[in-house]
Amino acid sequence: MEALVASAVGIMTAAGIFLILRRRTFPVILGLSLITYAVNVFLFATGRLALNAPAVLNKYEDVPYTDPLPQALVLTAIVISFGMTAVIVMIALSAYLSSKDDHIDMSPQDSVDAPGEDA
Amino acid sequence: MHRIKIASFFHRATVQLNVSLVISEEVTKSGQPRKYLYKIGFILTAQTGVSHLSLFLIAALPFLGAVFPALLIRAGRNAAASAAALTTFLALMGLLIHIPSVMRGDVVTARFDWIPGLGLNANFMLDGLGFLFALLILGIGLLIILYARFYLSREDPMGQFYTYLLLFQGAMVGIVLSDNILLLLIFWELTSLSSFLLIGYWKHLPEGRQGARMALAVTGGGGLAMIAGMLILGNIVGSYDLSVILQNKELIQASPYYLPALILILLGAFTKSAQFPFHFWLPHAMAAPTPVSAYLHSATMVKAGLFLMARMWPVLAGTDAWFYIVATTGLVTMLLGAVIALFKDDLKALLAFSTVSHLGLITMLLGFGTKFAAVAAVFHIINHATFKAALFMTAGIVDHETGTRDVKRLGGLRHLMPITFTIGTIAALSMAGLPPLNGFLSKEMMLEETVHTTWLNSAYLVPGLALLASLFSAAYSFRFVSHVFLGPQRDDYPAHPHDPPVGLWIAPAFLVVLVVLIGLYSAAIVGPLVAVVSSAVIGGEKLPYYSLKLWHGFVPALYMSIVATLGGLFLLSMHKRGEQLWNALPRPEAKVIFETIIHAFTRLSQWVTDELHNGVLSRYAIIFIAFTVGLGYYAYSTGTIGVETRVPLPAQIIPIVGWLCLVGATLGIMWFHRNRLLSLVLIGVVGLIVSVAFNYLSAPDLALTQISVEVVTMILLLLSLNFLPTETPWDSSAARRWRDAAISVVAGIGTGALIYAIMLRDFAFPTISDFHLANSYKGGGGTNVVNVILVDFRGFDTFGEIIVLGIAALIIFALTEAVLGTNVRGYLLNRKPHWPQSGDSHPLMMVVVTRVMMPIALMVGAYIFFRGHNQPGGGFIAGLIVAIAFLMQYMASGYTWAIERQRFYYHGTIGWGVLIAAATGLGAWFNERPFLTSDFGYINWPPLEEFEWATAMLFDVGVFLAVLGAVMLALDSLSRFAWRPGMAQEFPMDINPLRDSSEDEDKEKEQA
Repeated sequence: MEALVASAVGIMTAAGIFLILRRRTFPVILGLSLITYAVNVFLFATGRLALNAPAVLNKYEDVPYTDPLPQALVLTAIVISFGMTAVIVMIALSAYLSSKDDHIDMSPQDSVDAPGEDA
Repeated sequence: MHRIKIASFFHRATVQLNVSLVISEEVTKSGQPRKYLYKIGFILTAQTGVSHLSLFLIAALPFLGAVFPALLIRAGRNAAASAAALTTFLALMGLLIHIPSVMRGDVVTARFDWIPGLGLNANFMLDGLGFLFALLILGIGLLIILYARFYLSREDPMGQFYTYLLLFQGAMVGIVLSDNILLLLIFWELTSLSSFLLIGYWKHLPEGRQGARMALAVTGGGGLAMIAGMLILGNIVGSYDLSVILQNKELIQASPYYLPALILILLGAFTKSAQFPFHFWLPHAMAAPTPVSAYLHSATMVKAGLFLMARMWPVLAGTDAWFYIVATTGLVTMLLGAVIALFKDDLKALLAFSTVSHLGLITMLLGFGTKFAAVAAVFHIINHATFKAALFMTAGIVDHETGTRDVKRLGGLRHLMPITFTIGTIAALSMAGLPPLNGFLSKEMMLEETVHTTWLNSAYLVPGLALLASLFSAAYSFRFVSHVFLGPQRDDYPAHPHDPPVGLWIAPAFLVVLVVLIGLYSAAIVGPLVAVVSSAVIGGEKLPYYSLKLWHGFVPALYMSIVATLGGLFLLSMHKRGEQLWNALPRPEAKVIFETIIHAFTRLSQWVTDELHNGVLSRYAIIFIAFTVGLGYYAYSTGTIGVETRVPLPAQIIPIVGWLCLVGATLGIMWFHRNRLLSLVLIGVVGLIVSVAFNYLSAPDLALTQISVEVVTMILLLLSLNFLPTETPWDSSAARRWRDAAISVVAGIGTGALIYAIMLRDFAFPTISDFHLANSYKGGGGTNVVNVILVDFRGFDTFGEIIVLGIAALIIFALTEAVLGTNVRGYLLNRKPHWPQSGDSHPLMMVVVTRVMMPIALMVGAYIFFRGHNQPGGGFIAGLIVAIAFLMQYMASGYTWAIERQRFYYHGTIGWGVLIAAATGLGAWFNERPFLTSDFGYINWPPLEEFEWATAMLFDVGVFLAVLGAVMLALDSLSRFAWRPGMAQEFPMDINPLRDSSEDEDKEKEQA
């Protein structure tokens, strides 16, 4: 089980990194999403894996519980990463609609035209 | 349930911020609490319990008072000036209350441990030295406030001026009262910053702005060096408290780090006190209004460096390094400043260089390292402050009344401005060192001391150069008098000079009275003060023999004084010829050199920035990733890894299938990422498997959150893809792709291996999760530990997170507003869709189903919310589910249809969410518990079963609303890109009863 989780984290990380090294906005957004999954699963897995042991207290019998703390961390991380993805999507979209170009890199031409240097 | 103790809450609040009459009990080092006058005080903290806060108050008053001039300027300039004066006066009174204990030689302290672990304490102490400087700062400050009221013109923003002035005053008082060197450093930098504001006060003058920048660069840079020096010093001693450092002379001087610390600290002191070769900023700072020059550049800020050398004198002085660095610098500065001053035509420049010279004099005296020299230095600090501030104010009056400060255009003013003439002359003669004025006394002491000083085996060098400097000093002082006031009256002054109103001359007149009185009755007036201050400077040791009197008999110093005076008169008579010679000499122009250096640095940083930060995001990313991978490799190759302690769980068939799906989808995304729609579908598969995996691995809350976030993220990405190109073109080379792939694979292997290693080992340290499990029900009243952690144990984190989420949504809204305000809207209205549009944009089936689903979905949301504290669920998940319920309506029935039925704005939803969460947290205060402490109890309402109610539930309502608002605002903003006019007509299944009835009425009317 551990090997499956670890290899999944590794593969998602690798794919995510490959995608954020692309030069257009959309693959970079996809890459960030993949890395988000990988990081969330990674953080979750630092609580060690457990089957059928949710951290919901049982009043009647003594049962094992999994580690609740990483879960709480990851829960908010999932929601925050939605916010982050939405902001990035909106930035990418605005940039594309404004300049009809979805490159993430500034070309040398852009930096010459950058404000502040044309004084 | 806890009773709400509002009364006790307010009681505590009043204790914490109490404006009341308190009897101030001064706790002195001798341990004798003494009751003094009643005075108005803020008790800033109740924890310390003892009301020894007046030192805090003295340091804080100018900062607190700085608010008032800026506010009161609307009520007129007198109101602003009075507020500033009153603040200063109160602080001065607070200081004067301490006279008895200071004069007894006690050290008044006030301690407040802020971060004891870092040695960062807000400790203040008041001894003789601090008292003298605080007296100068507040006393002269009061005079300057009066003077500035009449000096500044109607156009100058006076409220701003007084605010800056008080900020500066507070920073200075902070420096001289600090007992902690870290605190001192903070105040030190604050003086640099506030003096920047004051020097550049006349923003419209380029000289003002340049002078302010130069002063900030030099003194701020020196301050940075001093921070390093102070940290070294603190490390040597093991404490950052001055009172401790001052006890450890042997330890410090024996340390191998003594010299570096000394040099760094002296850099700070020399830059601040305009010592050669950092003297050049002071004349350029003269672009400031004259009150600023009189205050900062004669009496206070430039003396901060001297203060620091005097403060550190007991532990740093007495070594060869100290003597040669400090005394030589002082000597050179004194001579250089005096010579340059003689040839300056601008009155303020003349005074600026004379200040440089006198600061050099005091520095030299401190550098000698003898006790007698220290006494002379202290005495001269007092004297210089009195006559130089008066001279600056005189120069300001001359400038104000004649319209020029150029000596060449002045002269003959003695009959036109008799009062100013009297004031200026007395002060200048004191500066020249003529009896019976105070400048004479301290100059005599200085000359006397130089006679006993040998510099590199030469007994004549120091006295000779000091005599030369005194000679020039006398010459420029005489020139100030003769070229401005004496000589024939002229008829080409730019304005009609006459004596100013009393408000302008009363302040310098007061100082000049002091000049004379100190000269005549020095032992009676300042004798005790000099004794106390000197003993503080020399570290509480026995004072040397000295006498503050005019006549010491026929000693060498007397002859030297006579020579200096006569020589000065002679130099003045030769001034024309000297000036020709001076102008013929090549001299380095400090400003040009400074600007060349600054320009070189600017170009260097520009180059570095351009090279590193060239706008290529993928390059930043690859550098970051490669560096992180390298760090990971370094950690792996140098660290050790523990033995495996956990048995792996067996892999069953269903997880393996899930794994295959996930890996297949991930590889598919990589392979097909150019086809954007397909890769979106595949990423949905990955998200789904991750959700299922969470559920399988005992994390139902995560599974619920992940799957609902998955839905909204997909909708978001699909919506955005509507406007973006559908294909990603090939634009990186094969080599680059292989390089990226290699880095990705290495990073992936590293991450996977790391988590694999973690999962097979137990915690190295005890985890705090056990605490959460044990206390979730007892303390938080919930059995779902994850939810209790979110809303209770780590409630503050969650509170921050919903704020972040809200901010993200607002950013999205703002971006949309900004983009749609440009010509993008036109493009959007005219653009052709990527794909063929469906004939029916609101399919009947979908509309019906989503409307039926709506109440059910809301019900599920409510259910998930209410069970959250005890079963998987909670505010986060409920917020997402309800958002999805709304989004279904948007998708099925259209944006316009949906917003017509919207009764509230999503901004408000976010705001209410955050406010409710905050209010719940604040509620804990009323029960005298820390912020966000939750409470719970059981409620028994027949015929319902007994159920539980926790305040955390209310907090969760806040979370719910914030999440709902944020998700909706984000997607709502994005939908606005798709809006077109005319869409409103396409109402799907419009069954608005209101409109139908009105139509019916219309028909009825028509029929009628």
